[in-house]
Amino acid sequence: MYKHILLAADGSTNAVRAAKEAVKIAGLSNESIIDVVYVADFEKAKSDVLHATSAEALMIERRKKIQNIEQELINSNVSYKVTILHGTPGPEIIKYANEKQVDLVVIGSRGLNGLQEMVIGSVSHKVMKRVHCPALIVK
Amino acid sequence: MQSLKQQWFGNVRGDILSGIVVALALIPEAIAFSIIAGVDPMVGLYASFCIAVIIAFVGGRPGMISGATGAMALLMVPLVKNHGVEYLLAATILTGVIQILFGVFKVAKVMKFIPNAVMIGFVNALAILIFMAQVPHFIGISTMTYVFVGITLVIVYTLPRFVKVIPAPLVAIVILTAVAIFSGFELRTIGDLGNITKSLPSFLIPNVPFNLETFQIIFPYSLALAIVGLLESLLTAQIVDDMTGTESNKNKEARGQGIANFITGFFGGMAGCAMIGQSVINVKSGGRGRLSALVAGVFLIFLIIVLGDLVVQIPMSVLVGIMIMVSIGTFDWSSFKYLAKAPRTDAIVMLATVVIVVWTHDLSKGVIAGVLLSAIFFVVKISTVKVSKPGSHYIVKGQLFFASTDGFVNYFKSADIKEREIIIDFSNSRIWDDSGVAALVKVKDMLRERDIKTEVIGLDPLSQKIVQQLDGISSSH
Repeated sequence: MYKHILLAADGSTNAVRAAKEAVKIAGLSNESIIDVVYVADFEKAKSDVLHATSAEALMIERRKKIQNIEQELINSNVSYKVTILHGTPGPEIIKYANEKQVDLVVIGSRGLNGLQEMVIGSVSHKVMKRVHCPALIVK
Repeated sequence: MQSLKQQWFGNVRGDILSGIVVALALIPEAIAFSIIAGVDPMVGLYASFCIAVIIAFVGGRPGMISGATGAMALLMVPLVKNHGVEYLLAATILTGVIQILFGVFKVAKVMKFIPNAVMIGFVNALAILIFMAQVPHFIGISTMTYVFVGITLVIVYTLPRFVKVIPAPLVAIVILTAVAIFSGFELRTIGDLGNITKSLPSFLIPNVPFNLETFQIIFPYSLALAIVGLLESLLTAQIVDDMTGTESNKNKEARGQGIANFITGFFGGMAGCAMIGQSVINVKSGGRGRLSALVAGVFLIFLIIVLGDLVVQIPMSVLVGIMIMVSIGTFDWSSFKYLAKAPRTDAIVMLATVVIVVWTHDLSKGVIAGVLLSAIFFVVKISTVKVSKPGSHYIVKGQLFFASTDGFVNYFKSADIKEREIIIDFSNSRIWDDSGVAALVKVKDMLRERDIKTEVIGLDPLSQKIVQQLDGISSSH
């Protein structure tokens, strides 16, 4: 049984599809909790701070990016929490998953940046290879 | 906030490694910024060494890197040109004193009043000026200069995709300096523009007359340096706060920057501040604590003492390539989206800040103009009161206070009201002061004379109370 399910969220539609699958699995047990993980990318830190009126406003901005996923989880009545991490998305998700010893990682197959994926490979692929638990990649 | 021990020794391995990476990235910048300011490379190198080391002890934001910066170097140009480096050192000391006072009087709070538009304009203008400062060093010199700048840019932008541990600019410097030395190409080197002294900085008192005239010369520069230095330092602190998910002491940082500049001036260094780019590199490379800044400073001066002879042989064209990368990295590329989407007044403030800085070559003037302009826009916006009218229902929108009463009163003066009874709805408005209340009373009186009954609704309790009190006074006479 999967108790601690890590759902990687980045605001893309793939992540919402991943959320729907995560809900299906979490719905199987009352003890399951979905941990929605959003990584605030180091590369965007400067521009994020420049364009936010305050640290609090920036937090709201980031919460808004995963709003669609939160709505999905609220609608389906599963228990969940939100974790915002700071770093480079792929490695940060892997580090968190392994440190917290989550039971399952659910991640969308493609994030927001197509060009980057072409050059350095996809985040989901990296995550799948390096987490110590089963990973579900959602198309 | 973390304990002092945690801030120093909570991340020893990460801090030492990242400190070394930062030292390597600091050297070309410190040299380039010295050249921009018009002083010997040592003035920037000593500044970066002293400031990084001192800030490690007295700064308020562990993990942030400070040193000689472009923003500060650009401000010094006229002072160095007209009066020489000794006046720059004196100005550096005075900058420190002003910043310490800023810290003591908690000026960091004032930062909150600087709008985003101004800060975005600030970094963009800084990027443009850094780029413009490179132009004389590569346009129309020689074909080989263009080739070296081009190769440097190719290396710094493609290498990080494959090699992540070694900073790409360092690789570009090592390879291209070797090529330049062994090929014998005619290229200008850092040595052609100044000397590298292979020694630690020593204490000296700036050789300037201590009188009012000197003070009058350096004070405007010191004030500008103090403001710009603090602005960039506090912005950088916010970025490091965000990246590390921790908080920092902004007033301590302001004071720390002051102490660092004050001491640096006595050791032959130019005024500096926190560096956005270097701090980002530090955090990305795993630096989190005070130790990282200390290691960066110490390792920088160690490299200069050991490798000084090689450093002077670095071709200027490689340095120019690296500085073009720095300016591209400094520019806020989301500004274009911002220009399209942000409120018009914000976009104008941002552009005005950039134009004024590029025009005057003075970041402080752009910031001050930007703040004033946005203050004016704010006052205009806040003092606009609009009334809309669905039927006999008059809805007031906006803030009613001394500066905005005219619009409100004039509306009812000129309005052609047919109804015998109207409702004035204040649910989207608020009355702030006696002038606002007086305006409402005036409008009611005016309408009464025209035999129109008014009912006021939607007042918040506080406004209601003032209105009742004043209304009583006016109708009793």
